[in-house]
Amino acid sequence: MKKLTLAIIIIGSFIIFSLVYNHANSVAVAPSNPGIVEPSGNPNAATPTVSGSSGSTPNPTQAPGALYKDGTYTGSVADAFWGNLQVQAVIQNGKIANVVFLQYPNDRNRSIEINSYADPQLVSEAIQAQSANVDIVSGATDSSDAFVQSLTDALSQATA
Amino acid sequence: MKETRLLMGMPITVEIVDADAARDGIERIFAYFTHIDEVFSTYKETSEISRINRGEVRPEEYSAEVRSILALSEETKRETSGYFDIQRDGLYDPSGIVKGWSIQNAALMLRERGSRNFYIDAGGDIAVAGRKYGNPWRVGIRNPFNRAENVKALALSERGIATSGTAIRGQHIYNPHAPETPLLEVASLTVIGPNVYEADRFATAAFAMGRRGIYFIEQLDGFEGYMIDVGARATMTTGFERYVLREP
Repeated sequence: MKKLTLAIIIIGSFIIFSLVYNHANSVAVAPSNPGIVEPSGNPNAATPTVSGSSGSTPNPTQAPGALYKDGTYTGSVADAFWGNLQVQAVIQNGKIANVVFLQYPNDRNRSIEINSYADPQLVSEAIQAQSANVDIVSGATDSSDAFVQSLTDALSQATA
Repeated sequence: MKETRLLMGMPITVEIVDADAARDGIERIFAYFTHIDEVFSTYKETSEISRINRGEVRPEEYSAEVRSILALSEETKRETSGYFDIQRDGLYDPSGIVKGWSIQNAALMLRERGSRNFYIDAGGDIAVAGRKYGNPWRVGIRNPFNRAENVKALALSERGIATSGTAIRGQHIYNPHAPETPLLEVASLTVIGPNVYEADRFATAAFAMGRRGIYFIEQLDGFEGYMIDVGARATMTTGFERYVLREP
């Protein structure tokens, strides 16, 4: 039963995340330099970039038959183990136009001291999906439960 | 026997191949993790670490477990030129070391009870002991850009493996309070070490070093690493290949 619940949570996370990814992908990204995100106000962005202000700013206009009311809705702060996670959902024309991460956990403590090490030549490769069956998977601690929790809260405000 | 429970805010899975007393062993392991969460969780008001952070506990009153984590953290901080630090703004957040340490302690508990072939996986950091039906355990490295996929399959026995990074960090995620701050260049860093405590603490520290992290792992004896950057390229240490499972 627990396995089933866990499976449902994880599958649900995939679905919601993939939906959100499709919408959010058009926002404020400089494709030539994947390490750097452009600051807000990118005129090429398909959707307006959202400021970090909290609280919702619902817009009274609503597209006919739309699922959600237009506006910006801030989700609850959710515990993602390594820190808090909080998202803001932007609804335009009744659809999710963007999801902004207001808080996102750094899953490890970081400090800013820089140290240099000798630079040996290490092999590098493009990553490739593996077909091999495995018993266990090593990956970073998952934040998707917290993501779903915060987003669900934001969207419940949009339907209210 | 295999069981998964959600504890400490993450799924924890224990699989014991040896039939003897597996049920009892699994119960003890989950009870231990519940106890660790009650001592070290910064999200629980009543945890010892929260009480310490509120100044309610004098240093001479710290429990043996807290003392040992503080000492191990101090040691790791020295070994990593300060990259590993559980203290931020005067408050302790030991989650970067408690996970690997508690998995390792749990593995030792199972060994003492006679289990030889098992793994303990807490949120993707894993202690691997013995074999599964004669073969090494097969351990995948998750694709940080698509969590349904693995990008490597490894054959491990008597090792610890830990991955630092975040599963849903991507190009569309940024911090609106500091939009000029570049995203981390490293999507995930996986470290294989002699045990999960060692793998976890060095994965933690090396991830904080950014691209330099994989070179830090390279110079550590007995450790191998696999770093995936945000451009979906991986860099591996010189001995990493020997763990890679060859598909027939």
